[in-house]
Amino acid sequence: MEQIYILWKRQVVKYFRSRSRIIGSLGQPLLYLIAFGYGFGGVFARAGQGNYIQFLAPGIVAMSILFTAIFAGIEIIWDRQFGFLKETMVAPVSRFSIMLGRTLGGATVATFQGIVVLILSTFVGFRFTTYYHIPLALLFMFIIALLFTALGTAIASMLEDMQGFQLIMNFLVMPIFFLSGSLYPIQGLPKAMEIATKIDPMTYGIDGLRGVLGGAAQFGTGFDLLVLSVITFVFLLIGSYLFSKIQI
Amino acid sequence: MAKIIKVKSLTKKFNGFTAVNDISFGVEKGEIFAFLGPNGAGKSTTIKMLTTLLAPTSGKILVNGADPSQDQDAVRRGFGIVFQDPSLDDDLTAMENMELHAVLYSIPVNTRKKRIEDLLKFVDLSDRSKSLVKTFSGGMKRRLEIARGLLHHPKILFLDEPTIGLDPQTRNHMWTYLKDINKKEGMTVFFTTHYMDEAEKNADRIVIIDHGNIVAEGTPNALKKKTKSASLEEAFLHLTGHEIRNEEAGALDALRQRRHVWGGRH
Ligand SMILES: Nc1ncnc2c1ncn2[C@@H]1O[C@H](COP(=O)(O)OP(=O)(O)O)[C@@H](O)[C@H]1O
Ligand SMILES: [Mg+2]
Repeated sequence: MEQIYILWKRQVVKYFRSRSRIIGSLGQPLLYLIAFGYGFGGVFARAGQGNYIQFLAPGIVAMSILFTAIFAGIEIIWDRQFGFLKETMVAPVSRFSIMLGRTLGGATVATFQGIVVLILSTFVGFRFTTYYHIPLALLFMFIIALLFTALGTAIASMLEDMQGFQLIMNFLVMPIFFLSGSLYPIQGLPKAMEIATKIDPMTYGIDGLRGVLGGAAQFGTGFDLLVLSVITFVFLLIGSYLFSKIQI
Repeated sequence: MAKIIKVKSLTKKFNGFTAVNDISFGVEKGEIFAFLGPNGAGKSTTIKMLTTLLAPTSGKILVNGADPSQDQDAVRRGFGIVFQDPSLDDDLTAMENMELHAVLYSIPVNTRKKRIEDLLKFVDLSDRSKSLVKTFSGGMKRRLEIARGLLHHPKILFLDEPTIGLDPQTRNHMWTYLKDINKKEGMTVFFTTHYMDEAEKNADRIVIIDHGNIVAEGTPNALKKKTKSASLEEAFLHLTGHEIRNEEAGALDALRQRRHVWGGRH
């Protein structure tokens, strides 16, 4: 237990120590909120869809969680290249505990990042319609974070170096983001795109988050939570299996 | 004496390339053992197999009575290691690196602090314990790794080229201390080095490996006698030839470079 805790703490301490990284990674969500929020706000309202910022903010919160979480998982590659991974791999601690500590740490950091973006979004016009649901929103944010940190861990366990990183960004992470309904409503999409959207786990994260933050959840927040939990569990299993197979 | 490490017909192939070729040897409990060979001979690969990091292609290993590919945690509890390549977390302080190790090895909370302080003192880093490791010189990082490797009182200490980048003072200090623990606690030391004087001075016994094969074995004196050499260096050259080997670096350096360019991490 203490081993899981110290590896969790390591991720968190390192994150808060790198202020420039925190600030740097807030630039993108802020830009999206402003550019999309104000840019499409008028069209969105005229189409009878209501306030776009209310719609967009949960999507951008989830986006920043997605990017931070994947990156936290991918950090295994850095640790492998810069040697620290060896220190944990020769320790008399189960691979599962190591993987879990790291993943929980990454998920905590990503959740925090999401909280900051949520707060920032109130400056561009996002309003909480009810405060009761904030704990539920945090729960959704944490599960999204855990899901994608586990995915990042699984991917990183199979890679020797950062060569494949660009590939993963362009062909996995960006599609996960753009096809998730973070920027637009997913009703009435062409069939192929609708299928892609429904396969994308992020869709359920955003749908659920939107639901508990006062918007309409298309699938229902209960169903969203169920889907996310199952996928997170599966990714954790796959991640810890692949992590346990790492050879140095 | 009993053997604390037993290796029988150990082989490791990487995609058809044989890095370690059917080697057998043993290390006595309480011995200071030098594993020597030119670059690329297979030393680090052997150490990785002994320390559960790499699965052998074939062969049998016993470390402390346990098989590294079966009973990994039993093996892991019994050794400390200083890797050839750095293995500290640069973004943590020296103290944090030590504490992390103490927790991973379940060192009792009440002795943790004292033990860490003692070891930091021994490697002369007490006054830098709160500094981030990335501000350390290569030699300081090495010293910290040595202290960390000793933290949990290992029965065996693996040192893979530990003295690279250390000045003669530190090297001398380190060996005095290691020999002291070796005597007092019976800790076995398994080390590699390219400094032949270091091996000659400190090793009870030596195995020389070249191109994955063991080419000689014995005490420093026996090896000198066998090759009719005046020094171990001469004996080593006699046994392994004068041809210069290339070390495969590159990949790591290239990555360091890239990380620099990327920047974003700090
Ligand atoms: N992961 C690996 N994949 C392919 N070849 C490797 C790998 N690790 C080591 N080798 C090769 O095995 C040989 C022995 O390497 P190593 O054990 O590091 O040598 P030493 O430590 O004696 O200098 C070298 O030729 C090296 O290039
Ligand atoms: Mg080596």
